[in-house]
Amino acid sequence: MFEHISQRLQRTLSMMRGVVRVDEASLGEALRDLRMALLEADVNFGVVKDFLAVVGERAQGQEVLDSLSPGQQVVKIVHEEMVKLLGGARVSLRLEGATPHVVMLVGLQGAGKTTTAAKLGHRLRCSGHSPLLASVDVHRPAAREQLAQMATSASLQAFEGDGDDPVDLARQAVEAARLNGRDVVVLDTAGRLHLDGTMMDEAAALVEALNPGDVVYVADSLAGQDAVNTVSVFGGRLPLTGTVLTKLDGDARGGVAMSIVAVTGLPILYVGVGERFEDLEPFHPDRIASRILGMGDILTLIEKAQDAVDVEKTADMEKRLREATFTFEDFREQMRQMNKIGSISKLFEMLPMGRGIDSKVLAPAEDDMRRFSAIIDSMTAEERCHPQTIDGSRRRRIAKGSGTRVQDVNQLLKQFNTARKLMRKLGRQRGNPLDMMRSAGFGP
Amino acid sequence: MVGALGRSLSRTRARLSDALRHLVPSQKPDEETLEALEEALIAADVGPTTALRLVENLRQAPVDDESPPERLRAAMLETLAKSKTEGNGPPDGRPQVILLVGVNGSGKTTTAAKLGARYVAQGRSVIFGAADTFRAAGVEQLEVWGARLDVSVIAHQPGGDPAAVVYDTCEAGRSRGINVVLIDTAGRLHTKDNLMAELSKIHRAAAKVIEGAPDEVWLVLDATTGQNGLRQAEEFLQHAGVTGLILAKLDGSAKGGVALAIAETLDLPIRFVGTGEGIDNLAPFDAEAYVDGLLGEDQ
Ligand SMILES: Nc1nc2c(ncn2[C@@H]2O[C@H](COP(=O)(O)OP(=O)(O)OP(=O)(O)O)[C@@H](O)[C@H]2O)c(=O)[nH]1
Ligand SMILES: Nc1nc2c(ncn2[C@@H]2O[C@H](COP(=O)(O)OP(=O)(O)OP(=O)(O)O)[C@@H](O)[C@H]2O)c(=O)[nH]1
Ligand SMILES: [Mg+2]
Ligand SMILES: [Mg+2]
Repeated sequence: MFEHISQRLQRTLSMMRGVVRVDEASLGEALRDLRMALLEADVNFGVVKDFLAVVGERAQGQEVLDSLSPGQQVVKIVHEEMVKLLGGARVSLRLEGATPHVVMLVGLQGAGKTTTAAKLGHRLRCSGHSPLLASVDVHRPAAREQLAQMATSASLQAFEGDGDDPVDLARQAVEAARLNGRDVVVLDTAGRLHLDGTMMDEAAALVEALNPGDVVYVADSLAGQDAVNTVSVFGGRLPLTGTVLTKLDGDARGGVAMSIVAVTGLPILYVGVGERFEDLEPFHPDRIASRILGMGDILTLIEKAQDAVDVEKTADMEKRLREATFTFEDFREQMRQMNKIGSISKLFEMLPMGRGIDSKVLAPAEDDMRRFSAIIDSMTAEERCHPQTIDGSRRRRIAKGSGTRVQDVNQLLKQFNTARKLMRKLGRQRGNPLDMMRSAGFGP
Repeated sequence: MVGALGRSLSRTRARLSDALRHLVPSQKPDEETLEALEEALIAADVGPTTALRLVENLRQAPVDDESPPERLRAAMLETLAKSKTEGNGPPDGRPQVILLVGVNGSGKTTTAAKLGARYVAQGRSVIFGAADTFRAAGVEQLEVWGARLDVSVIAHQPGGDPAAVVYDTCEAGRSRGINVVLIDTAGRLHTKDNLMAELSKIHRAAAKVIEGAPDEVWLVLDATTGQNGLRQAEEFLQHAGVTGLILAKLDGSAKGGVALAIAETLDLPIRFVGTGEGIDNLAPFDAEAYVDGLLGEDQ
């Protein structure tokens, strides 16, 4: 259904790209589609209304009429306004107040607080802090055990206190941190409903007792329209300083990001992208904006690729590509770097057209990649540099060594030659190695 | 902004109930009423597409003695017609096997405990299978509940094969002559292929021990879930053969409207609702109350 609407939206917008001037009718249609897309993405309907009013006003003004490509401008305005709403500059934890600083996590049941506590601890340690994780969740069965186990797996310190009074436990934790020279206490609290007066009192008492520099609201990105209610009540009762959006590794559009920021003005500090303690990423308003709009997270892809690919090696490789001296050594290097980026399906998830691709389609491609790696590993250095020397008997040897069939080796050689030819053709353009590999038949 | 939105929400509600009151049979609803209805449905997470369609049906409806809101209620209740019972009922002469599945943190483990308590109270014997071998302290959490209820829990080492846990639990259930085998699985996002494939394996493991098992595969859905719930249900239905929904955390202010869209598109019944963290906070699904909630008539 998402696909359907974002397709429709893109169609309308691309139709508009062709017109010189936006008339009221086509703008109206774009805004109607936009409304549906935002609602499907779980942006709160009140927020959608306000937002579209702003966009409509801007789009109707001079900017659009003056432009040669009004449709493009609507896209730009929509994206810009969303990015503006979601917060311009990146913000991180404040870590204010007396040492040890207290970072307190609050939120609804099951939002991801405990997991996020471990993730933040890991991130803090990576940036030179010495955090202590402490759970004051005396309500949920095995909650403290959960944090302790996550701490162990992340090689972090977790506080183990006595008793079942949250405020008392929290005080003990801060004291323990002070004694052990730890500079941050990451405080995991029990999940609570905003409607639950007693539990909200408990959270307020914790704030009162500890005066935390950061009170982080942990929000589930799978949530729907009601997210604004919840966060408003939490924000009305507790001095929230920021929010972390969890479970963005799924395919939820994350419209709650827009809802929460519109209603509270809180900065989004990080996003959770998995269950492990490493799975926390900085928040990028422009990417979430694209995601909510359904344009695919192209930027994340580019950045990931840039992080992973060694720039110098790539430049060198590009030169060799142009000169068509690309060999299996280079090929292997490419694959190694692709592995750094992640699985092919993860890569495709981030592409707009990848969204429609059933990940089952990608599984064979990943199998191919694994098989190809094994085959290349079984080649001698000489063969990798001079693939043309690989004759029939060498092929049989390579197949045997890599546990594959001769057909597999043949297939790889064939695709490699196609790729080489293609690269020669593309020689003049700056090639994206991933695109090239895809055009050569690696991946769908 | 907070205030403004809150006001706009309550204004919508007020406008809606006002509009509903003024609607007398054989009168076509005015646009404002229809818009208010649409907004209420959207606010309840029914989703813009379903909301639009429901309201469009009202707009097209012939004028007769059924008032538009009545008509809307009736349409929604009809969609939920399958949700009148608590499930397929226990099989004869063998344990009933129930699998709980869902995305991370939706309420599976707690719901397993609540269901266990419910069946024990009905005089049926229960055994838990801790097939969440992945999440930190996932097993311990279920064990705490098991101890409180005096229900035994079959568990393996952390990181172990969940299908093996399921196999052993079914085996234990059968050999001990237990009535209900309740299996708690790890939370998983429906987009993760390997984890979804694991569910098929779990399914097969149960069937290997007890022919026809699992009898029920219930998708535990957090009532705060937005439109992504539909995708979740589609995938879990495909990979795990979901037979019904449990709407957890309905004690919050979210109305769980996406379950209506799911019930409609996938023809799945809603079996229970979770109404709190306590062991007793589980109730059979009440379609009337649920629909009232969706229409904002529950306050
Ligand atoms: N896929 C994914 N799962 C997550 C993420 N963050 C948390 N989880 C999972 O979500 C579930 C709930 O996470 P918890 O950290 O236990 O949530 P909580 O807010 O502490 O829950 P309560 O203490 O019960 O309120 C667990 O299964 C986590 O592994 C994320 O970013 N992605
Ligand atoms: N308010 C409320 N909280 C609930 C309800 N059901 C579960 N919870 C809480 O939601 C949180 C998550 O519940 P779990 O049962 O651990 O969820 P889960 O699906 O097993 O989570 P994972 O195994 O991590 O995927 C816990 O804090 C529960 O106490 C409910 O009906 N109402
Ligand atoms: Mg927790
Ligand atoms: Mg669980």
